[in-house]
Amino acid sequence: MTLWWAIAALCAGCYALKLAGLAAPRRVLDHPVVHRFAELVPVALLAALIAVQMFTTQGRLDIDLPRTAGLAAAVAALLLRAPFLAVLASAAAVTAVLRLLTG
Amino acid sequence: MRQTTPRSSAVRDGLGVGLAVGLSGVAFGAAAVTAGLDVAQACVLSLLAFTGASQFALAGAVGAGGDLLAATAGALLLGARNTLYGLRLADLLDTRGPRRLAAAHGVIDETTAVALAQPTRDGARTGFTTTFLTLYVTWNLTTLAGALGTSSLGDPGMLGLDVVGPATFLAILWPRLREQPRLRTVALTGMAIALAATPFLPPGVPVLLSAAAVLVVMMR
Repeated sequence: MTLWWAIAALCAGCYALKLAGLAAPRRVLDHPVVHRFAELVPVALLAALIAVQMFTTQGRLDIDLPRTAGLAAAVAALLLRAPFLAVLASAAAVTAVLRLLTG
Repeated sequence: MRQTTPRSSAVRDGLGVGLAVGLSGVAFGAAAVTAGLDVAQACVLSLLAFTGASQFALAGAVGAGGDLLAATAGALLLGARNTLYGLRLADLLDTRGPRRLAAAHGVIDETTAVALAQPTRDGARTGFTTTFLTLYVTWNLTTLAGALGTSSLGDPGMLGLDVVGPATFLAILWPRLREQPRLRTVALTGMAIALAATPFLPPGVPVLLSAAAVLVVMMR
């Protein structure tokens, strides 16, 4: 039962957090400083997310070789202007193959 | 990548991201059941929380036998960045009433990334909706599959799924980063802040803190 309560609280809280930004008052959104901040902040957050998902494990810095090689493959594919799904496929394939060989 | 109309390229981006990232639902379903959640609990989280990082965080904490209150708080912290995405999407989507209440459920990393990558407001709306619907359906189906099939699937890391998320965000940001040095500064500073903060702060906080990278650019 307690786990269900935690799940209910998380679901309600996650929704409230999502709605809070979307439903911010017009007056706040139209403020020039807020507007500039909101325009740029997703780039900072998504880039930070890449870094954290790639190079940390449970609160420590950590470089996982197959995963890093997978991201390098994605970068190579992007430089070659490969289509989006090809970028993802090459990243996953390189990571999976290296895990298979090393693990 | 864009010889077609903004709208059809937005649909294509949305379908691609939705399907590709949606596959990671298998990893969540498997992780949740392994951590001790039942199948219904895993599915309810994907249906109603619908924000991957928070879901993984709760499952992970349950598996580690941690305090549930702390686990929930930590998972919510990870969801807090969606509030910042909402500030940006409010302008692009410009929804009201029931439509806004429905759209709010879709305010997550992937939908924001796809919406921002579109050159027009119309394309941004189409991209948001397509990504939301595709990812929602895929994520929930694969959560169920992962939760039911844990034992037969083995380790989802073997499929290289853990690199799909970061590769997706990089691919989506790429064209804008290539064109705008200012955005590159924001991105690199954000990465540096998050990595530097990770050893010292609870999960979720480093990524939130990376928002300060924007101030660096705004002050110049």
